[in-house]
Amino acid sequence: MDWTALWLSVRLATATTAVLLALGIPLAYWIVFSPTVLGFYVLIAIGPLSPVGRAYTRIAGHGLPFTFEGLLIASVLYSMPFAVQPFSAEFASVDRRLLEASWSLGVSRIATFARVVLPLSVRGLVTGIVLSFAHTLGEFGVVLMVGGNLPGVTRTVSISIYDAVQALDYRSASQTSLLLLIVSFVILASTYSLQRSVWIKPRH
Amino acid sequence: MSVDVAPGSILVLFGPSGAGKTTVLRQIAGLDRPDAGTIRFGEHTWFDSAAGIWQPPQHRRIGLVFQEPALFPHLSVEENVRYGVRYASDRRRTRVGPLSEIATMLGVDPIEKRSARRLSGGEARRVALARALAPGPQLLLLDEPFAALDAPTRTRLRHDVRALLHRLGTRAVLVTHDRTEAMAMGDEMAVMIDGRVRQVGPIADAFSHPSDAAVAASLGVEAVLPARVTASSGGLLTVAVAQMELHVAEREPTPPGTDVYACIRAEDVTIERASHPRASARNHLPARVVAIAHEGPIDRVTLDCGFKLDALITRQSREELELAPGAEVIAAIKATSVHLVPRA
Repeated sequence: MDWTALWLSVRLATATTAVLLALGIPLAYWIVFSPTVLGFYVLIAIGPLSPVGRAYTRIAGHGLPFTFEGLLIASVLYSMPFAVQPFSAEFASVDRRLLEASWSLGVSRIATFARVVLPLSVRGLVTGIVLSFAHTLGEFGVVLMVGGNLPGVTRTVSISIYDAVQALDYRSASQTSLLLLIVSFVILASTYSLQRSVWIKPRH
Repeated sequence: MSVDVAPGSILVLFGPSGAGKTTVLRQIAGLDRPDAGTIRFGEHTWFDSAAGIWQPPQHRRIGLVFQEPALFPHLSVEENVRYGVRYASDRRRTRVGPLSEIATMLGVDPIEKRSARRLSGGEARRVALARALAPGPQLLLLDEPFAALDAPTRTRLRHDVRALLHRLGTRAVLVTHDRTEAMAMGDEMAVMIDGRVRQVGPIADAFSHPSDAAVAASLGVEAVLPARVTASSGGLLTVAVAQMELHVAEREPTPPGTDVYACIRAEDVTIERASHPRASARNHLPARVVAIAHEGPIDRVTLDCGFKLDALITRQSREELELAPGAEVIAAIKATSVHLVPRA
């Protein structure tokens, strides 16, 4: 049982989700409310991806690969659509007349976003958080590429399982897999039930 | 176009669906930007394409009420009504004193904690109006705000809104395609057809002197006469029009002293050479033929009976009656054919 790897995966998923919440809301706001309509996929393909290359080079130059921070950056980019898409879809579903009513009452665009759009988008925010967390928790390829396999630094739970299988240690692999399954299930189940009971947004 | 609207008065932007009324209203509000031109309100320039001036809606001090109430569903009634108030400057805040008065006149409890989601259609409109008026706007913009309501609620709201605007001295622009609403609420009227303003003026003028055939068609074929109810007895109202009196069947309780528009369709006016005392029509007005226009098999006879009135008759009738301009006749109108629109 690789507790260290599991703990690392949970830390990575939490940090990734936190970063995506901070990055994703303004990004989704920009996508939905910027004057020029910009396709989400175009943004993902052109916007963040070319900086990825540059950022990655810079990271490599500064010796950041095979660190938790390097892993986090890769993970954020990798899971970004899972946060931004639900955020922006929910922002866009807010009745535009509510925004216009707010503007006409003298309230700025940013304040309108905070007072009207965000409170009406709780459901989409929760969905984005849950999806990015779950997506990060189970990611494998990106981690292996960017992070490597350093115990306690970049060895996430999925890599730990992969290692165990490679070493024909099926017992450890199945234990860790089961644990990951349980953790994922508990997190998703509790978040969704919380969302249903507390944050449910009655449709009108 | 340029219109003078007195404080507390309403400019009606009237026209058929698709005439561009809402577009104009949205441009006044600053929600849409015109390609070119200017928008001014008093001494404020809100838009001037040549000078590159564009004021966003936040800087225009307007109130806006849509066809749908568009209340903030996550806020209570009180929070909705107060939503714009804290953004009003101090100078405006002193005007906000009557917030509770505004709310009360609209029948809204200003400290109502109920969610805006739970309101009926009429209540929601009242809250939307209170929300728009609470920050003390210099101009209220109404986009068919009563269209989706049942008739009694609509009538009450029209009256309450007009009284409130008078009280506050707030000018308003009302978009509507409903001539009854235009008559009930408007002071000035701009008629829009195909994206252009075709006529601007006091509301009775527009109805009685349409500037061209398209305006006349959009306003309907009825004569619209400013009038006042002078007496009521046995289900029959006496209405003073110009120097004349009309007897009108009372469809809705209308107390004497009420200002109304009397609407008479040209099809409902018959012409007699001499008055038949035993005829069923209650109104027999001495009139002079002013003009006769041929509209296919039908002739439109314009009469002067103290006010201008059109009658549609067949060519055969016209020939039998030997009508010609200058002829003295009697215009007969049934009491049930006169439709009254009380001024809200």
